[in-house]
Amino acid sequence: MTQMNMVEAINSALKAEMEKDESVLILGEDVGKDGGVFRVTDGLIQKFGEERVIDSPLAESGIVGFAIGLALYGFKPIAEIQFMGFLWPCLDQLSSHASRIRNRTWGRYSVPLVLRAPYGGGVRALEHHAESFESILAHIPGLKVAIPSNPYDAKGLLIASIRDPDPVVFLEPKRLYRGIKEEVPEEDYVEEIGKAKVVVEGEDLTLVGWGSMIPKILKARDLMFEKGIRAEVIDIRSISPYDYATVHSSVEKTGRAVVIQEAPRTLGFASEIIARLNDNEMLNLKAPAFRVTGFDIPFPYYKMEHWAMPDVDRIIKASRQVLKW
Amino acid sequence: MFQILDIKGGLVSEDPDLDKELLKEMYWWMVYARMADDKALKLQRQGRMGTFPPTTGQEAAQVGSGLALDKEDWVFPAFRELGTYLLRGIPLENMYLYFMGDVRGNIIPKNINNLPMYVPVSTQIPQAVGAAYGMKLRNKKNAAVCYFGDGATSKGDFSEGLNFAGVFNTPNIFICQNNQWAISVPRKKQTASKTIAQKAIAYGISGILVDGNDVLAMHVATKEALEKAKKGEGPTLIEAFTYRLRMHTTADDPTRYRSDEELKEWESRDPLIRFKNYLKNKGIWSEDWQKELETKAEEMIKKAIEKAENIDPPNPEDMFIYMYSDINPVLKEQLEYLKKMISTKEIEEDSEKIEGGFP
Repeated sequence: MTQMNMVEAINSALKAEMEKDESVLILGEDVGKDGGVFRVTDGLIQKFGEERVIDSPLAESGIVGFAIGLALYGFKPIAEIQFMGFLWPCLDQLSSHASRIRNRTWGRYSVPLVLRAPYGGGVRALEHHAESFESILAHIPGLKVAIPSNPYDAKGLLIASIRDPDPVVFLEPKRLYRGIKEEVPEEDYVEEIGKAKVVVEGEDLTLVGWGSMIPKILKARDLMFEKGIRAEVIDIRSISPYDYATVHSSVEKTGRAVVIQEAPRTLGFASEIIARLNDNEMLNLKAPAFRVTGFDIPFPYYKMEHWAMPDVDRIIKASRQVLKW
Repeated sequence: MFQILDIKGGLVSEDPDLDKELLKEMYWWMVYARMADDKALKLQRQGRMGTFPPTTGQEAAQVGSGLALDKEDWVFPAFRELGTYLLRGIPLENMYLYFMGDVRGNIIPKNINNLPMYVPVSTQIPQAVGAAYGMKLRNKKNAAVCYFGDGATSKGDFSEGLNFAGVFNTPNIFICQNNQWAISVPRKKQTASKTIAQKAIAYGISGILVDGNDVLAMHVATKEALEKAKKGEGPTLIEAFTYRLRMHTTADDPTRYRSDEELKEWESRDPLIRFKNYLKNKGIWSEDWQKELETKAEEMIKKAIEKAENIDPPNPEDMFIYMYSDINPVLKEQLEYLKKMISTKEIEEDSEKIEGGFP
């Protein structure tokens, strides 16, 4: 075990899988010599050479298309898109091809690629560098979408993504890249995609979130706990496929739920979870489920970004309302 | 423009003296593709097939290039490559099935390195480059051959793909079937470039303009490009200067956007007639042989239609089980719901009896 932050844990996962399987390779803008703009791929080009750690031309659709071709040919490419805000040109390749080739050829071809992208705000980045549009990706049938919230899960989920025979979009909450350090095994291990985690148990209400929101949810949980409110916290970890069963068991017990997302409000993944609660938990719910979300605005430039992101205060206020019902 | 045969089938440059069997094979695939195409158009008009993009007029570009490939080379097609599709060994019934709305037409036989048809325009180009990069990494002396139309050259993926190919010096052949029209928009409104082949210069790769209605020229040019690619000397963009003699798809009416004179002019350059004359001059073509080919093609087409029209109906499971390598709980639940709905399907006269809702 070693203390690692999320960047180091992801780097460690990449290194482990590249060592293990020579069909694994990395491509993207600045991933080689520069080690990635967040240094996530640092040192890999020195270790594996420029044929396997490919500094690509600046072309996002080209990067994903190229990765699809490699995957069709039998490689396991890991493509990096520098910021999620620049992922839009890849949607055609992802939704028209990567996500559906297995289905449209009845398994004759598949695309085992991983697309990594940092997402979310809170680091005073430039415009177009702070988007959270995971719901749009999860809305594309055939993709898997995983979002870790801590170094340990980041490593285990990324290794699972690389070994997965289907295309996985792996979103990294960049605000958490370096803030948290924890014990992460040196050796490889797998965290299952499609499995949520109960981070803290509780009986009074269920707080559901993923990625960048988890530390804020935990902070809110602690503050409420001081007042005697015991919230259960669920880290969804993978929004496609997603683990409704864990949400169900929790809400069956607590009867109350708040779902928290950084992404814009309308048609976000929180809406999906709440719709599902309506379908299944009518008799268990003691109050309507609430959402705490970003707003339906482009993510603002950084002097206003703190307003755009759900904070501890908003999470506590929503929890109070659900509890008061 | 690189040309071996003039429009009458006479030689305008040195005869490549291809093997007689290869010449016969070329003609066979052109005849078969033309007849299969004609039949598809009829099936569509009879309501037995959905929207379909006819290939007539482009057989030389497809057959000439396609027969230059090795079995191990990979093909990334667009959707108007019937000739290449057939000569690679993909059964005609697959193509008919596909255009009859049956996804099983997309199942490429295991030993054939062909991707199924690409409907979005130009997206296959960077993919072909990725596959070619993989070949290079594995030290395979193969190439990835990618087909697309003149419209595709306006798109970002064309530019991104060719740029990647140039930068990584991949074994790629890009075959642009410039058939002069992207639905109703003429080639001159796609690009201000004088030729499409010249676009190669900007990416630092080879480019060649070839008479796409001359099967020999297409074959020789593709062969040379492949040899170069396999020697590690980089990708080539081949502009096959050709013409689509029919509509873009059965959904449009070409008389709205192009003239009779233009069509007549191109009909006189028909790749089949020109190649037939060449074979005639060589003493290879005869009336009897033509009949023999046509009879064989007719039988094969008849069988393909029978197979396509009599395939077992698909099951609802099939929509779900191939989505991922393993079906996940979310999809399993949706499949169970659909199965329940199908098995209990009835029209309830009394709406009060209808139980709605997802489980």
